[in-house]
Amino acid sequence: MPSKRVTKTGNEIFAEAMRQINPDVVAAYPITPATEIVQIFSQFVADGIVKTEYVAVESEHSAMSACIGSAATGARTMTGTSSQGLALMWEMLYIAAGLRLPIIMAVVNRALSAPINIHCDHSDTMGARDSGWIQIYSENVQEAYDNLVQAVKIAEHPEVRLPVMATTDGFILSHCLEVAEILDDETVQKFIGEPPKRPTIFDFENPITLGALDLQDYYFEHRRQVAETMKKSIRVIDEVADEYAKLTGRKYSFFESYYLDDAEYAIVLIGSTAGTAKDVVDKLRNEGKKVGLMKIRVFRPFDYLRVRKALENIKIIGVMDRADGLNSFCGPLFSEICTCLYESEKKPALMNFIYGLGGREVREEDIETVFEELFKIEKQGKTVNTKYIGVRE
Amino acid sequence: MPSIKELAKRKEKFVSGHRLCPGCGAGVIARLVMLAIDKPVVVGCATGCLEVSSTIFPYSSWDTPFIHSAFENVAATISGAESAYKVLKKQGKIDKDIVFVAFGGDGGTYDIGLQSLSGAAERGHRMLYVCYNNQAYMNTGIQRSSATPRGASTTTSPAGKVIPGKLQFSKDIMSIMIAHNIPYAAQTIPGRWNDIVNKVEKAINTDGFSFINVLSPCRLGWPHKPEMAMEITRIAVETCFWPLYECENGKYKLNYKPKEKKPITEWLKLQGRFAHLLKPGNEHIVEEIQKEVDRRWEELLKKCETS
Repeated sequence: MPSKRVTKTGNEIFAEAMRQINPDVVAAYPITPATEIVQIFSQFVADGIVKTEYVAVESEHSAMSACIGSAATGARTMTGTSSQGLALMWEMLYIAAGLRLPIIMAVVNRALSAPINIHCDHSDTMGARDSGWIQIYSENVQEAYDNLVQAVKIAEHPEVRLPVMATTDGFILSHCLEVAEILDDETVQKFIGEPPKRPTIFDFENPITLGALDLQDYYFEHRRQVAETMKKSIRVIDEVADEYAKLTGRKYSFFESYYLDDAEYAIVLIGSTAGTAKDVVDKLRNEGKKVGLMKIRVFRPFDYLRVRKALENIKIIGVMDRADGLNSFCGPLFSEICTCLYESEKKPALMNFIYGLGGREVREEDIETVFEELFKIEKQGKTVNTKYIGVRE
Repeated sequence: MPSIKELAKRKEKFVSGHRLCPGCGAGVIARLVMLAIDKPVVVGCATGCLEVSSTIFPYSSWDTPFIHSAFENVAATISGAESAYKVLKKQGKIDKDIVFVAFGGDGGTYDIGLQSLSGAAERGHRMLYVCYNNQAYMNTGIQRSSATPRGASTTTSPAGKVIPGKLQFSKDIMSIMIAHNIPYAAQTIPGRWNDIVNKVEKAINTDGFSFINVLSPCRLGWPHKPEMAMEITRIAVETCFWPLYECENGKYKLNYKPKEKKPITEWLKLQGRFAHLLKPGNEHIVEEIQKEVDRRWEELLKKCETS
């Protein structure tokens, strides 16, 4: 397929993907910390190279509200945000999903206040994990592009009709230049196609009431449908990935396994740290250590069965969370990994590591420390409580 | 403007079967607004009495496309729909001329919805925003809002032994909206069908954002006798508590001048929320209210003369 290599930051590549997707409406607001994505995109609008109606709303809450109003008409609708902006959207995130509106959002993962901080961690999207949005995380700029293009097709699929957020790690990806391969405009358009028909508020022959009051007699059924849809979306996410692989040769799954097959020790994590971790895995493998890595790409829905299958033969697993659960026990990824392994007869030993909050740098030494902790567990024959990596305490 | 007979023959878009209280102003307002719009219309509604009473799943009183998302954001929600309309029309995917109407209560307009309302007005989306103003959070249990008038007893500004109801006068939302330089803003009541229908017609034929503030009697929160609902709004006009006026492109116009301005007590005495004000010892509050009504009335007359 026609494609070209470009050098872009994570923000630029998201904006470039948006240009190629050419949505009908983008509504966005530059809350602190602002992302460049929508700034770059507004230039495309100003230059007339996209057909998009750009709504420069007065808050992130209104951004998501306007996206809801737009998506309800059947228009292809996108936005972008980060950190506090996502937090301000909270109320509307649940409503977008509950109304089954396939809004596509580019998110740059950054820490939540307080203290105020503009750098990377996953607290923002982890907080939105139960909102009914599909969540796809990226390791690098290439994945950011690929994920956002696929997000359109997943969201609008007639069996899904749920909003999707594709994310990058703040600064580490959003502001760093990387080389990536992008499709040409026509191929992207052909891949995403016209938005499939769905009930809209522009149907005057069969007018719908969207956002009705559901009381004790219906609310539960409607929420149950969202739950079932999230489950079904697993198959659709796979199908879209297959189709995308045929175009690009880049095959995506719910997670990436790196030397997992024969691994005795493994790390599970999300996002850009996977790049650093892969180098450490390479190094330790050279030393003869049987180590591996699982990088989670799709966190919602969470593919418990396949994750379990891929992890259950490993002896000791370290789960690295770039967000804290503040629940006196563990981070959000650790909870999921624990849950999916509970029914496994083999039950690997598990340990949780919280790392990189507020953009704290993660070096190879930090990943080595994590592996050393895992080796220690084997010697000591027991796991220890959640450990914080790279923090002064 | 259509005659009442012509209006009666139009297809109803806000139909019976809703669960609004008897004597509620919101239902009459919604019906009159919808009757005044003889075009395809998309309705947005903020969370509130009108929305919860007219859309209890699987029923709906809206025989026209309707969307509700949350409380504070109907102007933003309709901004999105209107923007989608513009772009889809450009692409030839829509051929109809669609009217956009947003309904919000006073809480969803004066308080929690003020930001999104201001944003939508500033951006100039072509929509009509109707505030059905019952002067408190009636849906959630009669809590005070910034539209609640001075002296009114609500559940969060109750008349007590020390504090005699709400201490502040209502926010002047009309001036705030007019300060956005929107092309059309008006104040009206459901008790004069021709006034409200005329203003809605003007608003939807305005190229840009328009705002109409409608006094909406609440038999539960004010409270008043249900059969007095429409009459009470006319008394609000006769006492100059709620003048009928409009502002078109910065030009103010008084639509009705009472022959004889009635004292504010005529308005206060019909409603339970003011009952304590008419008891001995609170005369000074009534005086204050009268003074403020007079001041606002004079200010409006001046604006009508000089703008």
